Parts: sequence; structure tokens; C-alpha cells
Amino acid sequence: MRAYFSLLRIRFINGLQYRAAALAGISTQFAWGFMEILAFSAFYRANPDAFPMEFSQLVQYIWLQQAFLGVIVPWSWGGNITETIVNGNIAYELVRPMNLYNRWYFESLANRLANAAMRCLPILAVAFLLPAPFRMNLPANLGGLGLFAVSLTLTVLVVSAYVILDYISVFYTMSRYNAIFSVAADFLAGGYIPLSFFPATLRRILELSPFGAMQNLPLRIFNGEIAGSDAMWGIALQVFWLIVMVLLGKLLMKHSLKRVVAQGG
Amino acid sequence: MITLSGINKTFRVTKRQAGFAHAVKALFSREYEVIKALSDVNFTVGDGEMVGYIGPNGAGKSTTIKIMCGILTPDSGVCDINGRTPWRDRVAHVAQIGVVFGQRSQLWWDVPVVDSLELIRDIYKTDEATYRRNLDELTQLLDLGEILKTPARSLSLGQRMRCEIAASLIHSPRILFLDEPTIGLDAVSKIAVRQFIKRLNAQHGTTVILTTHDMQDIEALTQRILLIGKGRILLDGSLEELKKRSSERKTLVVKYSGSPPPLVTGMAISGEKDGRLVLELDPAIVRVNEGIAHLAAHCELQDVSVSDITAEEMVAALYKEYQI
Amino acid sequence: MKLYLKYFAINLKCQMQYKAAFFIHLLSRVVLSFATVASVLVMFARFNEVEGFTLSQVLLCASAILMSFSITEVFARGFDIFPRLLGNGEFDRYLVRPRGIIYQVTASHMEFGRLGVFVQAIAVLCYAIPNSGVVWTWDKILTLFLMITCGAVVFAGLYIIFASFTFFTTEGLEFMNILTHGGKEFGRYPFVIYGGGILKFLTYVVPLAVVQYYPLLYLLGMEDGVFYMLCPLFGILFLIPSYIFFRIGLRRYKSIGA
Repeated sequence: MRAYFSLLRIRFINGLQYRAAALAGISTQFAWGFMEILAFSAFYRANPDAFPMEFSQLVQYIWLQQAFLGVIVPWSWGGNITETIVNGNIAYELVRPMNLYNRWYFESLANRLANAAMRCLPILAVAFLLPAPFRMNLPANLGGLGLFAVSLTLTVLVVSAYVILDYISVFYTMSRYNAIFSVAADFLAGGYIPLSFFPATLRRILELSPFGAMQNLPLRIFNGEIAGSDAMWGIALQVFWLIVMVLLGKLLMKHSLKRVVAQGG
Repeated sequence: MITLSGINKTFRVTKRQAGFAHAVKALFSREYEVIKALSDVNFTVGDGEMVGYIGPNGAGKSTTIKIMCGILTPDSGVCDINGRTPWRDRVAHVAQIGVVFGQRSQLWWDVPVVDSLELIRDIYKTDEATYRRNLDELTQLLDLGEILKTPARSLSLGQRMRCEIAASLIHSPRILFLDEPTIGLDAVSKIAVRQFIKRLNAQHGTTVILTTHDMQDIEALTQRILLIGKGRILLDGSLEELKKRSSERKTLVVKYSGSPPPLVTGMAISGEKDGRLVLELDPAIVRVNEGIAHLAAHCELQDVSVSDITAEEMVAALYKEYQI
Repeated sequence: MKLYLKYFAINLKCQMQYKAAFFIHLLSRVVLSFATVASVLVMFARFNEVEGFTLSQVLLCASAILMSFSITEVFARGFDIFPRLLGNGEFDRYLVRPRGIIYQVTASHMEFGRLGVFVQAIAVLCYAIPNSGVVWTWDKILTLFLMITCGAVVFAGLYIIFASFTFFTTEGLEFMNILTHGGKEFGRYPFVIYGGGILKFLTYVVPLAVVQYYPLLYLLGMEDGVFYMLCPLFGILFLIPSYIFFRIGLRRYKSIGA
């Protein structure tokens, strides 16, 4: 366990050293969120009745998404794992006395936390201070905040497990650009537009899928779209998908490592 | 003709300390350190000369080479290479030079070497006849034959280095800069590379400037050595002179049976190798034949060998002397 | 030019060594840009128009900007990976060769897998062309051509600026993403929907609207001045500040080193 914590610590220190990077990241995400809100407001102007939620709820969704982007995106931050698999340096990882799945999992978590720790508060702080249509508000029902926290935590655990599946696929494709899973997941989890905007049937299917168990749930709990028993039900689904994906990941990992050993790395 | 005079160069680097607290502190304030990479560097290298440029890591070797190649601009000073200032007249200057960075590759990784060479030919606008002539000669001297048809990624380090050297010579440069050309090579490849460089210099009169940590390179190749430390040129002279200057001490390797022999002043034990005793002898205090006679009188000598100190030891002594 | 073709051939040859990886890369690019297009489709399943533009008009706009972006990604890739070139010493090698620096950076790295976006964009264009209600006369075809090519030039200018920044610092370059990837992402809608301030910025500072919104108005018959049609040519001027900035960065690099 100690090894995992020192891993986390190194990530934090690493992240802190790059203040310009953090600052640039924050302003980029800020500008990005701003542009998204502008795009949605154009659609809102075109037909307010077709908007599936209050505009203020959308604003909450977008700012929260940007603030927690570092922890919720379904792709990896430390990009060199893929590289080690492709170039064969993975062999060195195998001689270390750590379970590789756990190691990757914790590394993913550590990267995410370090990244979000730097960016989350500044983005939220500014978002709360913006003028009217862009201002982020606290949820109408503060009781939802507890559920939001639980759901966000589960989201981080779920995406970390998902990302490892992406790594494992590299064993089979040996390609450095295996982002297919990540991009698809980002879209299907509501990373481009909230699932609320999707056609009803598609939305319902996605809400049951592992993708619905990612950023979709905590963000929509926060803005009040999902509450009460629906939220509880969603959280139960998150737990279910977490277990499934970790088990699947461990199983596939065993299989793919056998391949590596057989090929001699 | 290469002339450097009064070259100065400083860099500014960020100080970073370990630990969480320092990392947080560095978010708000940063300390910088000014490093004087080169101070008042002067030397001249004539056409057709071969010069070994030595010094410990971080002494300023690479900085000097980069200035001569036109990659870096010095803070002050004059650098004149065949009538041009490298950083002012880049294109014309670099067409005349060849550069080998020992730890880096200029070959395209995934295609046969010959494809890379042809591309380089076109980059330098080398005409076909010259290219043919140079390639034939390089192929023969560096034994490239089959290697040329192999992708660079499948070559051994030694094979690749030979190709790197060939790639740097396709356009018949008048000056060749070699930055650690033998690093990581096995003994056979090292010798092949050295022989080639020697022949290149003798036959074509190419000026060669070589940096290396391998003193055998220096011994095999260069008559003249430039020693740099902490950004200053400390010594400029021939290998023999330096050897004499640094020390005339001899090394004795002794094999004996029975109890170890007592020593006279002027002799000191410097170690043991393969069950043999290694002694240092200072001829200013005790003559070599006297030393050996003394040893023979006091123990059962089986074998003795006498040698000058190696270039390796000489350089170590120089580094120590100048505290670099 | 002959040399450029040589570079082209050697790049292609290298990438064809790994055919499977190449096609996976291509495919992942298709998926990536599909997300951009799909988000337009999802929005238009609910809304009929945005700022007066219909679905097929928006798709026309989106496919043009995707094509521009992908051309840049393929042919100006060297600037995108510029931090790597500085880090591994490859850039120093360019400096000791008797050719232009920008030329060498451009020619040494082409990444054909990134044509995936282009493939996707062609498919979208094939859908949008018959449905957008445009009568395809020669001037409209020329307008579309200028939008795509000059758009690629503006993106290339942005990449060159990104690379120039790496001479000064290797951290914090993420903010350029809002202009490069952001330009492509947000450029799927005519820039006018983001309001007057953004449109002005994208007209006079970073001329992305010059290759997108104004010529689109001409294409769709909403404006018929020749100025709107030839507007993308102004985008080429963006290379001037990019080039100057690159020279300034290069001078710094030569005095400071990596």
C-alpha cells in the first residue's frame, strides 16, 4: 500500500511543479466551457421549448464538467503506458513486485486526482462569480450534494477501470493510437453534449450502459435533473459496472500478459 | 581554418529542490542560477588538423561544438570558420560541415539506410557523380555493403554508427564534427570507426574535431588535445606533451610468490589486479632498474611489467589537478 | 519540390511498414471526428435550425473545417510534435542542414493516419452537398476550395505559433488547444452563433471566421459580394505573424539552447 501512496505523492509534486501548465490548463478549460455555453445558448434562442432542461442547469453541467474534467474523462493522462507496451519496455514493469493491474489503476487515479486538485477550485470559483447567464449556481436542492459526491467518486473509479481496458487493447493491436474506445466513451457518456439532449430511446439505453455510469450521472445529479430514487438507482448501476469492469480488466490482463510472455515481450 | 576568440556563453537555469513543500513554494516564486558555460574560449584549428576535445560532463564541450555548428549563438566573441560566422550565415556554413551526434540518429528509422542517404543527398544538393563516388568509397571503407539495404531500426549500434558517419560525409564536408562517435560501441566497431576517421583525415585532408570520453579514441586519432573545464580552455597541446607534463610516473605490475616485498621511497602500492601487485614508481626519486632490483632482492619475482601511465590516468590526474 | 516529394515518399514508406497500426490510427481518427459530427446530428434531432442555419448547411460548414484541419494535421504535423523535436535533438539536426528550417520541420513529419478526419469529412460533404440547396456553379466550387485550403493554411499558422511558444517554454502550451482543436470543434457551427465578440476575434485576430463564416454566406447565397467569396485568401496573411514569431523563437533558441 505504501508504494501506491508514494506514487500518488510523486504525481502531486510533479503536477505542482508545472504552474504554467496548470494555469494554461485552467484558462483553456475555461474558454472551452464558455464556448460550449455560447453554442448551447444559440440553440436555446432558436427554440427554448426544445431545450430539455433549464438553461441554468446546462450552465451548471458545463462548468462542473470543466472543473472536474481531469477526473472524469475516459482517457488516460500519463501517456507512456501505451508506449511501453508497443516498444516492449513493458517487460521491465513485469519484474517489479507490484500487481500490474493495481499499479496502472492507482497511477490512473493518482494522475486524475493531481490534475483535478490543481484545476477544480479555480474554475469553480470563477464560474460562481460570472455575470448572469453564465453564472454557476449551487443546486436548488442542497441534499443532492451528498449523492453527487458519492456518484462522482464512483465515476472516477469507473473511468479508471475503463481506461485500463484501453491499455489492454493495445496488447492486441500494438498501435500507439488506440483512442477509439476513449473517444467513443467520451461522446456516449455525455462529454460532448449531455445525454439529456439525445433522442429518448438512445438516451435510455445509454443511461443503463457503462457510459451512463460515467460523468453523466454526477453532473446530472448536481444540476437536479436526476434526484431521489433515480439517483440511488443510478449509483447502484455505477457500483455494478465498476465491479464488472474491474473483473473484466483483471481477466483480460491475465490473458494478454500470457501473450506478452509467449512472444517474449 | 577555424578561429574562436573570446567566446563567452551563459545560461540561466531554474533551481528545483525536492519535496512537497518546495514544490508548493515554487508555484509562487522561482530561483534562477546563472551558469557560465564558456568563458573566454580561444583556439585555432588549421585545415586538415585532427583535434580531440576533452573535458568532464558539463564542462562546455557540447556548447562549443554547437556554436561551431551554428546551433547556438554565443553572448560575445568571434567565431570564424572558413571565413564565415556560423550563426550569421547558417545555410552556407552548414553545407561545408558534417556533424555526427553519437547519441542521436539522423537516419529514418523504418526504411533501408540507402533511402535515407539518397534523401540526404538531395537535401545537400550533392550531384549524382559526387554522390556515387562518395557512396562507393564509404561503402568500401566502412564495410557497408549489405547494411545499406537494411532498415536503420534493425541495425546493431556499431553498424548504425558507421551509417551515421557515412550520412554525415555524403556531401564531402571540409570539416567533420564528431560528438562522442564511439559511445556504446563494442571493441571491433570502435577500431573500425577510428581507422576510418584516420584515413578520411589523411586522404581527404578533412578537418576533424572530436569530443569523447574514451581516451583510446584520443590516443588512436589525435595529435592535439584541447582540455576544457568549467567553461575554460585549460590546456592545448599534444598528447605526448601532456603526458610528460602531468607526470612521468611509471606503473609496475609485479607477480611474486611468498610474502609481499617491502618498498623503498618513490614506490607506492596503487592496487592489486588478478593476484598481481600494481605499484607506482616515481623515476625522479628512484630509477626503474633500481626499483626492480630492490624488489627482486626481497621476494621471489615471477613476472614484472613496466608501463607509462595511460591516457586515462593522465586525464584523471588533470581533472584532479584543475579541480574540474 | 522534387525534394518535398522525396520526403513524402520516405514518410509514406515508413508508415506503410506498420500497416495494421496505420489503419487502426486511421480508424480512430474517423471515430474521433465522427463524435464531432454526431453531436451536430444529436442537436438537430431536437432543433430545426441554429441562428438561421439548417442541418445540412451546418454539416457543409463542419465538413469544410474538418478537411482544413486534417490537411494541416497531416502536413504540418512536425509543428504539433515540436516539443519532441526539441527534446530529442532532431531540431539541432535541421539546423546543421543547408535548407530552410520551417521547410524541414514540415517535410520531415507527415502523418497519413490523420487523413481519417478527411475521409470522414468527405462522407459528410457528400451528404451535405445535395441537401444544402446550393447550386454548384464554378464560383461556389471555388469558394469551397478556398475555404478548405486557406483554412488549412490558418491552422498551419496556429501550429507554427504553438511551435514557436515551445522555444520559450515547454509547459502551459495547452492553451493553444482552444484555437487548434477548439477551432475545429467549435468551427462545426458557423462562428456567428457564438456572438459578435467571438466573431470579431476570429475575424481580426485569429482569422478562422475568414475561412469559414464569410465564405459560407456566399456559398449559401446569403451574400453575393465577390469579397465574401475571396475572403479566405486573407487567411493566408496569418502566416506572416506566425513566421515572424517563429523567427523570434528561433533566435532565442539559438541564444539559450534547449
